[in-house]
Amino acid sequence: MQENGIGASVRRKEDQRFLLGKGRYTDDINVAGQTYAVFVRSPHAHAVIEGIDARAAAAAPGVVAVLTGEDLAADGIGPLICGVVVTSDDGEPHRAPAHPALAQGKVNYVGDHVAVVIAETLAQARDAAELVEVNYRPLPAVASTADAASDGRQQIHQEAPNNICFNWPFGDKAANDEAFDSAHKVSSIELVNNRMVTNPMEPRAALGEYNSGTEEITLHMTTQNPHVHRLVLAAFNQLAPEHKLRVVGPDVGGGFGAKIFVYAEELVVGWACRKVNRPVKWTADRTEAFMSDAHGRDHVTKAEMALDENSKFLAMRVHTTANLGAYLSTFATMVPSYLYAFLFAGQYATPLIYSEVKAVFTNTAPVDASRGAGRPEATYLLERLVDVCAADMELDPAEIRRRNFIPKDAFPYQTPVVQCYDSGDYEAALDKAMELADYSGFEARAAEAKNRGKLRGIGFSSYVEACGIAPSAAVGQLGGGVGLWESAQVRFNPTGNVQVFTGTHSHGQGHETTFAQLVCDQLGVPFENIEVIHGDTAKTQFGMGTYGSRSLAVGGVAIAKACDKLIAKGKKIAAHAMEAAEGDIEFTDGNYTVAGTDKAMNIAEVAFNAYVPHSYPEGVEPGFDENAFFDPMNFSFPAGTHICEVEVDPATGEVEIVDYTAVDDFGKLVNPMIVEGQVHGGIVHGIGQALLEGCHYDENGQLVTASYMDYAMPRADNAPDFRIDYAPTDPPHNPLGVKGCGEAGAIGAPPAVINAIANAIGAKHVEMPATPETVWRACQSAV
Amino acid sequence: MSTINLAVNGQSVSGEVEPRTLLVEFLREQLRLTGTHVGCDTSQCGACVVMVDGKSVKSCTMLAVMADGCDVTTIEGLAEGTELHPMQQAFMDNHGLQCGFCTPGMVMSGLDIVNRHGNELDADTVRRELNGNICRCTGYQNIVKAIRAGARAMGD
Repeated sequence: MQENGIGASVRRKEDQRFLLGKGRYTDDINVAGQTYAVFVRSPHAHAVIEGIDARAAAAAPGVVAVLTGEDLAADGIGPLICGVVVTSDDGEPHRAPAHPALAQGKVNYVGDHVAVVIAETLAQARDAAELVEVNYRPLPAVASTADAASDGRQQIHQEAPNNICFNWPFGDKAANDEAFDSAHKVSSIELVNNRMVTNPMEPRAALGEYNSGTEEITLHMTTQNPHVHRLVLAAFNQLAPEHKLRVVGPDVGGGFGAKIFVYAEELVVGWACRKVNRPVKWTADRTEAFMSDAHGRDHVTKAEMALDENSKFLAMRVHTTANLGAYLSTFATMVPSYLYAFLFAGQYATPLIYSEVKAVFTNTAPVDASRGAGRPEATYLLERLVDVCAADMELDPAEIRRRNFIPKDAFPYQTPVVQCYDSGDYEAALDKAMELADYSGFEARAAEAKNRGKLRGIGFSSYVEACGIAPSAAVGQLGGGVGLWESAQVRFNPTGNVQVFTGTHSHGQGHETTFAQLVCDQLGVPFENIEVIHGDTAKTQFGMGTYGSRSLAVGGVAIAKACDKLIAKGKKIAAHAMEAAEGDIEFTDGNYTVAGTDKAMNIAEVAFNAYVPHSYPEGVEPGFDENAFFDPMNFSFPAGTHICEVEVDPATGEVEIVDYTAVDDFGKLVNPMIVEGQVHGGIVHGIGQALLEGCHYDENGQLVTASYMDYAMPRADNAPDFRIDYAPTDPPHNPLGVKGCGEAGAIGAPPAVINAIANAIGAKHVEMPATPETVWRACQSAV
Repeated sequence: MSTINLAVNGQSVSGEVEPRTLLVEFLREQLRLTGTHVGCDTSQCGACVVMVDGKSVKSCTMLAVMADGCDVTTIEGLAEGTELHPMQQAFMDNHGLQCGFCTPGMVMSGLDIVNRHGNELDADTVRRELNGNICRCTGYQNIVKAIRAGARAMGD
């Protein structure tokens, strides 16, 4: 057990550079001779391009080049791809219209990429971009999710009749219908999961450099997964062969999913730097981020639950229309299908679940994974539906949950929707949360609030999510084009310090600290002698990156396995050095000892011997540097209960979150300080969705919320201090006993907040974001 | 182009700028002080907050020419070598940062709150005063904690 090992709230290694202003984000990097790219974007949601006149722009001061889709096609740069196949109900794969990085004769959303201007300075590039004349013939636009597939709507893509990407039924419809027909009670809800813009604080950026001598492209960019970017850019976009392309994700200012994907801009920057043979830099401004980052959520859903007379859930059915935007982003198809419907069991032993998802194209920005990706949507509808069930059955919302929980002795638990939950004790989390939130004192608090003219409400959310993605075989069976293992390399230097190379990428999660703690704990090397390296395809071996709360649960285990290999190799070296049998060597706290003697050797000495093998065991390779890969045996299933308490001012509709308790099961915590920070951030992300955030297009497909003046981000005074605690279980499939924690808050929070508001005002449902206007209107109709 | 002369982190500097050049562009592009960040175009996010003549300013909202003759402090100007300023140290000790992008602005705003409200800050004051700074990572709780702790440490 090490002081800075597993379980210690160690201060973060990365903080010093960020606090000194010495972080190195993509836009902070400048190279000699760099030029600046500005994109010409469509002002129309849907239009045919009848011509582009770039002559004036090309002749403007400082302009190096103006490039269009024609140039891109002439150079054989391939369209952007979607990497997961979903089979539609006609047996055919989902419809996948071409997604060119620069428009080929047609634009399909506001912000779609038409041309790129490259100039000596950013100001010159901006000025010249204004001079590119594009002759558009506008077409009617499809902006609304609910009726995108209705008869008579404008067709967006020839390949997708009725704007349908896929219809995906899942489950046994006949058995489900039968259960509904004979049910004691059917509860139902219709709801919208509001469209979100992910909004990491650092806008996307890329800096491309081409070396004509080595024919190598180096792309510094805002990425959560440099190797995945390199792979896709090389294999599908023909940017450069994989070995001639280096992708570096330096410090990255938040991701939350938005920096997983292969976007047009980064591809164009990589292509353009070779074409003009100059470094090219592009940094999005915030409005570009709103227009062209992949958005999240955007579902319209009807969900029903069949109950027996004891309020036991018999069957559930869900009909969802999911908006995928104008084109398919990199993992778009997976989000409203596998990451969504496989979570419909939630924490409950519902035996039958049937769902139909209709995924549609609209003239809006592409929609893809955003913090939680599918699981927030599933959790929101389920936890709202459970509250409706409780009201219909006149039961306490805690009691109906408790009655339907999967019991703790039923794990591993096979749900009817593919997933097999690893471990859980849902009642323990509920009990603890109720105690911490003083549930029994709620009535008194509500009465006191009423005296002040406030409506006080309390809301539960008992969520489970699937993360730590993912077993490669499962991904393959589901139509995914990749494996989702992770890699690690743990290298001792001859002087005894350690470099840890991980295929994951840290953009706020604190891997440089947490992973050093793992190694410190396992190898007994002082924490300060361990450096974690990530984010550069030239430094680390192939790895899959960071998303789906997978870095510790998958990447951390790969590191532990590499450490195991080092320990095993070290035993041979130590045995030789101490003239003992290998079987007599023990390793604890960084020291190899000979059992039953006082002979000992530190692992740093062993490492030195491995690099200076003057007296060395026969048949053992020199060097002290091991690789490992870990392919998880199962997803990881964090779960918990969140309880939110709100006060609503019925005169204004204003909602104040007055109390919030979260009790989560993340298995073993490596750095409790960091975990708690992840929970805080996730909850506020979820509160943002519940109360404030809503991305809105008007009926013509114009993006109405394109800045922080129109799109309300949660700020410091939108939430109280949270009460955070844990009810851990031990997941049998994970060698470290850990579960992911990065998305749980964003998954658990929205229904807790909305359930509290509905409880406060006595309404069946309030749509998100529950702005004062929405809540005030709901108060009026509830009266 | 105009010539401007100003002090940045205690050093005299001068530069040639266009009338439209923003202070943040001058700091980042000409002085290569990249600790000050740009997170939005509308003066909402606060990642670009610096001190100008002792007051917090969103450097994306000020033209570089307006800073002529001013005394500017950026995040790079707070520490003594590698020894963090008490406010910076408080952010580290209280896990007041995750991705680090909003952090320079948060630290500078924290200093401005101390300037205006003193060393004993209640959480509500800090939360209200942080209205011009957006963070997507932390959920703010630890930033509030950090600023309160930093304020106290500055009074010691």
